[in-house]
Amino acid sequence: MSAELEGRAFLVGDDVDTDMLAPGAYMKGPVEELARHCLEALDPDFARRVQPGDILLAGRNFGTGSSREQAAQALSTLGIRAVVARSFAGIFYRNALNLGLLAVVCPDWDGIAPLDRVRLDPRAGRLVHLASGRSFTCRPIPPHLLEMVESGGIVPWLEQRLAAGRAEGGR
Amino acid sequence: MAPTSARKTSAQKIVARAAGRETVEPGELVTCRVDLVMLHDSGGPRRVAPILERLGARVWDPSRVVLVSDHYVPAVDPESARILDLTRRWGRAQGVARHYDMLGICHVVLAEHGHVRPGLFVVGGDSHTPTAGAFGAFAMGVGASEMAAVLATGEIWLEVPETLRILLLGRPGPGVVAKDVVLALCRRIGLGGAGYRSIEYAGDGLAGFGMEERMTLSNMAAELGGITGLVPPDGRTLAWLERAGVTLDRAELERWRSDPEAPVAETVRLELDRLAPQVAAPHSPASAAPIDEVEPVPIDQAYIGACTGAKLGDLRMAASVLRGRKVAAGTRLLVAPASARVWREAAADGTLAALTEAGAIMLPSGCGACAGYGAGVLAEGEVCIASTARNFKGRMGAPSSRVFLASPLTVAASAVAGRIADPRPFLAEGKLEGPIAAEVDLVG
Repeated sequence: MSAELEGRAFLVGDDVDTDMLAPGAYMKGPVEELARHCLEALDPDFARRVQPGDILLAGRNFGTGSSREQAAQALSTLGIRAVVARSFAGIFYRNALNLGLLAVVCPDWDGIAPLDRVRLDPRAGRLVHLASGRSFTCRPIPPHLLEMVESGGIVPWLEQRLAAGRAEGGR
Repeated sequence: MAPTSARKTSAQKIVARAAGRETVEPGELVTCRVDLVMLHDSGGPRRVAPILERLGARVWDPSRVVLVSDHYVPAVDPESARILDLTRRWGRAQGVARHYDMLGICHVVLAEHGHVRPGLFVVGGDSHTPTAGAFGAFAMGVGASEMAAVLATGEIWLEVPETLRILLLGRPGPGVVAKDVVLALCRRIGLGGAGYRSIEYAGDGLAGFGMEERMTLSNMAAELGGITGLVPPDGRTLAWLERAGVTLDRAELERWRSDPEAPVAETVRLELDRLAPQVAAPHSPASAAPIDEVEPVPIDQAYIGACTGAKLGDLRMAASVLRGRKVAAGTRLLVAPASARVWREAAADGTLAALTEAGAIMLPSGCGACAGYGAGVLAEGEVCIASTARNFKGRMGAPSSRVFLASPLTVAASAVAGRIADPRPFLAEGKLEGPIAAEVDLVG
C-alpha cells in the first residue's frame, strides 16, 4: 500500500452505527451478501453507488454500537479504502485498523462536497481537497499501527510475526 | 494533560498490573496480559477458528476462556444450527471447559458464575463487555480478528485511557431506576460522548444500587462511548461474589478502587433526586427525555429482554407494575429472561406468574429481538418500547420500525396502557415491592 491515497469522497453524517453498516438480519450469511445491505437503512442504494477506491467521509462517532467487525469488513468488501471521520467509536476504530481498513480522525473537513476528489496521507495526518487545494489536519496514525494496516491487518501482521518467531526459535 | 500524580485511578491500577508495570499514565501505549476472555457464538468460533487455523495457533490458555452461546439460540434454521454446532465443536477441540450453551446472555452469565471480579483485565467479543465493570473489572469489547490475536497470544495492545468520572448524587425517587440514570447520561454526554475514555461511576448515589442495577450502568458505558465502565467494588460486590462461590477479602476490594482524589480528565455530576423516568426516542439512546416531555405514542410491542434489561431485578420491576393488571388489547408484551438462572428464580418467587397472568409472552433466553437476531422482530412501521440498550434504525427489525428505550418499569406500564406511560402511578404507594427493594434497594 502506498503511503497516500486518492479517491472520491463519499459523505455520511454523525453516529453512523454498526446496525446500519452490518444489519443483524444478514449477519449469519457471507460478508459479500451482508455488504450489499451495508448502510441501506441510511441510503437504500449505498452499496450500488459506492465505487472501489472511494474514501468515506463521516461525522462524529462513526461505527458506534456493536463489536461486529463485519461493519468494517462490509466497507472494505465494497472497495472503500479509508474512512475519515470527525471521531470514531473506539471498537470500530480498532476493528478497521485490525482489518487493514484505514480509519483516520479528522475533526474538520468542512467544505468538501459529495463525490469531490480528496487525497489522504495517513502518515502525515493530512486530507487535501483537490478542487480547492485546501488541506485539513488529521490525527496521524501511529507508525506501529500503520505498519499493521499496511501489512493487511492484525492477522497477516501476526502471521508474519509468528513465522519470524518460529524461524528464530528453530535456529 | 495533568501532571503525573501518585494517586491512581482504578483503570490505571488494573492496566498497570496487566501490563506488568509499576504504574501507567494515560496516553501510554502498553501491551496487557489478559486475565479472562469471553467469546460468543456470533463473533466467536465461527469467525476466530479460521484465523487461528491460518496462524497455526491454538488458544494460549483455555482455562482463561469462557464461551457462551447466546446470539443464535435456539437455532431457527440450518444456518443458525450450524453456527451453534460449530461453536460446541470448537470449544471441545480447544479444551475450553466452560461453555455456557443456551444458558443465558454472556454478560449476565459471566456475573452469575463469578467469572468477573475486582481487578481483572477482561477482553470480550461483544460491545457490552463493559458490563463486567460493575464488579470492578476492566473489561473491553473487541472484534473477531483482534479476538483471534488475543486467543493466540494472550495479549492485547492498549492506549492507557483517561478517566471520565460520573458522580451520582443523592437518591432517585420512586419509579426511577439505573436504566433511567444511564439514559439521562446518554442525553447529557451524548452517544459516544465518553470518547473511549474509561468511565468510572462514583458518588453517594451508587451505594443505593444493587449489583444488577450497577450492571445496567456499566453495560451502557458502551452507548456512552467508554472503553469500559467501572463501579468501585464494595460490600455488595463481595456479597454477590460469595453467592457465586468466590471469596475475596476486603483488602482486595480496596486495592483496585481509585485512590482518593486521583486526577481524572473530566467529572460529570448527576443529581438523582431530580430525575424522572426517562424515555429515549428513535433512533438513539441519546435522544432520552423525561417521560413528561414524551408523547404518549401508541405501541405495538413492549419488550423486556437483553443483557441490559432482563435480569431478575428487571423482571421483578416489570412484575411490580403488572401484578393484577393486563396487557392492553392490541399490544403484545414479550419477555426474554436474561438467563436460565433468572428463569428459575423468577419462577420460584412468583415473578413469572405475575408476568404471564398479565399476558406476557415468554421467549427463550438470548440476545434475540434486541439485535434483530431472534424471535420478536418488528414489522414495517411498528412501534416498540424496550428495556434494551440500543434503538438504532432497523436494529430490531424493519427499517421503518421505531423503538423507544426505557426502564423495565416504564416498559411494563406502557404495555398495560397500550401507549408510552409513566410507571409512577402504577406503583403501589409509590414504592417498589419487597424483592426488588432487597436487591435494588431504591426505596428507603
